[in-house]
Amino acid sequence: MDSMSLEPSLYTVKALFILDNDGNRLLSKYYDPELYPSVKEQNNFEKNVFNKTHKADNEIAFLEGMTVVYKSSVDLFFYVVGSPQENELMLMTVLNCLFDSLSQILRKNVERRYLLENMEGVFLVVDEIIDGGVILESDPQQVLQKVNYKSDESSLSEQSVAQVIQSAKEQIKWSILK
Amino acid sequence: MSYDVVKRWVNEAQEAASSDNVMVQYHALGLLYHLRKNDRLAVSKMLNKFTKSGLKSPFAYCMLIRIASKLLEETDGGSHDSPLFDFIESCLRNKNEMVVYEAASAIVHMPNCTARELAPAVSVLQLFCSSPKAALRYAAVRTLNKVAMKHPSAVTACNLDLENLITDSNRSIATLAITTLLKTGSESSVDRLMKQISSFVSEISDEFKVVVVQAISALCQKYPRKHSVMMNFLSNMLRDDGGFEYKRAIVDCIIGIIEENPESKETGLAHLCEFIEDCEHTVLATKILHLLGKEGPRTPSPSKYIRFIFNRVVLESEAVRAAAVSALAKFGAQNDDLLPSVLVLMQRCMMDSDDEVRDRATFYMNVLQQKQKALNAAYIFNGLCVSVPGLEKSLHQYTLDPSEKPFDMKSVPLASTPISDHKSEMAPVATSKMPERLAPSRQDIYQEQLAAIAEFQALGPLFKSSEAVQLTEAETEYVVRCVKHTFSRHMVFQFDCTNTLNDQLLQKVVVQMEPSESYEVLHYIPAANLAYSQPGSCYSLVRLPEEDPTAVLCTFSCTMKYLVRDCDPNTGEPDDDGYDDEYVLEDLEVTVADHIQKVLKPNFGAAWEEVGEEFEKEETFALASVRTLDEAVGNIVSFLGMQPCERSDKVPDNKNSHILFLAGVFRGGHDLLVRARMALSDGVTMQVTVRSSDETAVDVIMASVG
Repeated sequence: MDSMSLEPSLYTVKALFILDNDGNRLLSKYYDPELYPSVKEQNNFEKNVFNKTHKADNEIAFLEGMTVVYKSSVDLFFYVVGSPQENELMLMTVLNCLFDSLSQILRKNVERRYLLENMEGVFLVVDEIIDGGVILESDPQQVLQKVNYKSDESSLSEQSVAQVIQSAKEQIKWSILK
Repeated sequence: MSYDVVKRWVNEAQEAASSDNVMVQYHALGLLYHLRKNDRLAVSKMLNKFTKSGLKSPFAYCMLIRIASKLLEETDGGSHDSPLFDFIESCLRNKNEMVVYEAASAIVHMPNCTARELAPAVSVLQLFCSSPKAALRYAAVRTLNKVAMKHPSAVTACNLDLENLITDSNRSIATLAITTLLKTGSESSVDRLMKQISSFVSEISDEFKVVVVQAISALCQKYPRKHSVMMNFLSNMLRDDGGFEYKRAIVDCIIGIIEENPESKETGLAHLCEFIEDCEHTVLATKILHLLGKEGPRTPSPSKYIRFIFNRVVLESEAVRAAAVSALAKFGAQNDDLLPSVLVLMQRCMMDSDDEVRDRATFYMNVLQQKQKALNAAYIFNGLCVSVPGLEKSLHQYTLDPSEKPFDMKSVPLASTPISDHKSEMAPVATSKMPERLAPSRQDIYQEQLAAIAEFQALGPLFKSSEAVQLTEAETEYVVRCVKHTFSRHMVFQFDCTNTLNDQLLQKVVVQMEPSESYEVLHYIPAANLAYSQPGSCYSLVRLPEEDPTAVLCTFSCTMKYLVRDCDPNTGEPDDDGYDDEYVLEDLEVTVADHIQKVLKPNFGAAWEEVGEEFEKEETFALASVRTLDEAVGNIVSFLGMQPCERSDKVPDNKNSHILFLAGVFRGGHDLLVRARMALSDGVTMQVTVRSSDETAVDVIMASVG
């Protein structure tokens, strides 16, 4: 009944969400329109998953007929959900890639505050890894390259300093040439 | 959506599949498969190419394994010596764990895999069991759990690794490990494992609790002697908190144990009684009350259950109260010394606030006061066995044209006993997601279809529809299946024909029938048009022989006759003129089973007394060709098409004699009961006793068995 009747398909991930340590949703993506179509059902599912998983860091669970792989960091919980027949290791790869990419763009500060501050970058990363349930990329380096996102404050100051120096150089160069 | 547009880009996709970028390769493969999945040859060509050239992306490898295993399953369910299987097996030696696991799981899921083919996959999974990654351990144990269902012996090699996982911090892994061990382990280890699992059963999710319960119920069938340990454990679980699915699994499991082991009946019933004292699920409470009514009166001390049942009448919702009243009535009917007390309780129920409860109480009260065995049997033990939609329709019909005649219960079509499908595979799947729909039965659909045809309206209600019989080989030009519909004096044969030639249009299709006995073909109703791959039905109406009512068996030789018009395969435009042609079909047999509808009599003894010995006949037969009692029982049940009662279709091991009870209703609505005593001694000797409310039915059975 649940044998390999699974049609070979690229659509691997059913859902992905990030919760804080009270179980509140920070980001969520549901890729299968048949799975929890309404926000209420999604919230219920997330709450259920959170209650069963936040106590122990066990990496994997089987809930409501779904395979859920998860990972926590400081006050954040990352979840990737797939069908029960799905290769658990594939889901794990997605989760690891998501986590590594995010920890890069958040400069190792994988915490609620930094995540919220860089929400646009987080969304870019998620969309770069999964598109409508299809795994697009599993290598964090590639993801970062494509996203080309730099964490706010630092990049702004660094870039402006470099720009100032650059323009100064130009100016001097031109003035000398004249 | 825009399948055709994408299809034009197949070449580009093909190029992309050999791209250097690992993800591009994976996506290209997925797309290529999706475009070609309906073309088996193209898929196998594609597989061939990629398995040879090799891929870079582990994802693409996983995809390839899935495609290969699907193709393997479709093409040759049996033989695994094809290059595809070799490819999957070679993936077990891949560098990437993801690919290795995918290959192992593909092999494990293949139908009819031999132990030798499984061995390499199992040893890979065994390695994974000691991995530091929880996901990998989980994946491995879950897959091993599946292997254990089909090939417990293949997993015994991993027992040691599984033992280590019992104490895993991830409870899902620990639960799966224990349930796997329960399947593979020996009887002696059961106690220890049960103790271990009960230590953390409260921590795991409901889904896994259901898995545990299913493992236990499988275990009970394997080691019936351990039922006391299990029963204890189950009753403890029953007391804990849990959702409906979980409780239902436990209750089903306990009921299963009670039915398998008579000696566990009393403890089991006691646990269930305790459970309904505090049960919020109406469905479960009514189910248990029904069981109590069935089993309780036959226990040595039935009086102790009365208290539990009557408590329900006082405390519960309407549905449960009504069920409790029915259960009480069964006690009153079967135990004479309890009857006065039951009547007193019934009196009290007649003052209930709910209509249904009051009605039931009044009804049972009156039946019980008659103190007649036959009445008890008919109205308390073996209720109505008519199909509910059928009853509704007949009553509606009756009210439309009022007549002096009373409503005849026999004209209502009988409910066909639902075939209980045994769940052989038990896996942690979402049981809660399966919607339970109340579909109209197959027979009701046929009834509707036949009633729409003018010629068949005078035949009366449909008595029985048989399973479809194939009258052609599997892959021929025309595919014809026949469904036999039995009415009280006629039979209608429905031929479902499919034309598999796309260059032909068939018209006026009729199946001509030549009976071997005194059957008479009255009518043919042709199918007007039979276009390519659109099934159509034609019918034949046959009158059953009247002068000799016992001649029910008959063989018909069938020929399909039709007018062919050739047509253009592309447009479907037929030529103007056609020619007659015919096609010989296989012979069609009418058997005894076509004249008998299965009916389950929950209390066979009472029904046997009710029918009485007026038309009883008895005869002894020797079945020389049958070697075991099991085989004899199977043959008789399928030959007569009757319902085995009181679980008498299961022959206990190591017994030389057995009694089989069969119940059914003969065409025309006469109850028919068969008791077959069998003894095994160099072939099987069988003494058949038949009772019925009609003599013809008895004669038919006797004539056909002989």
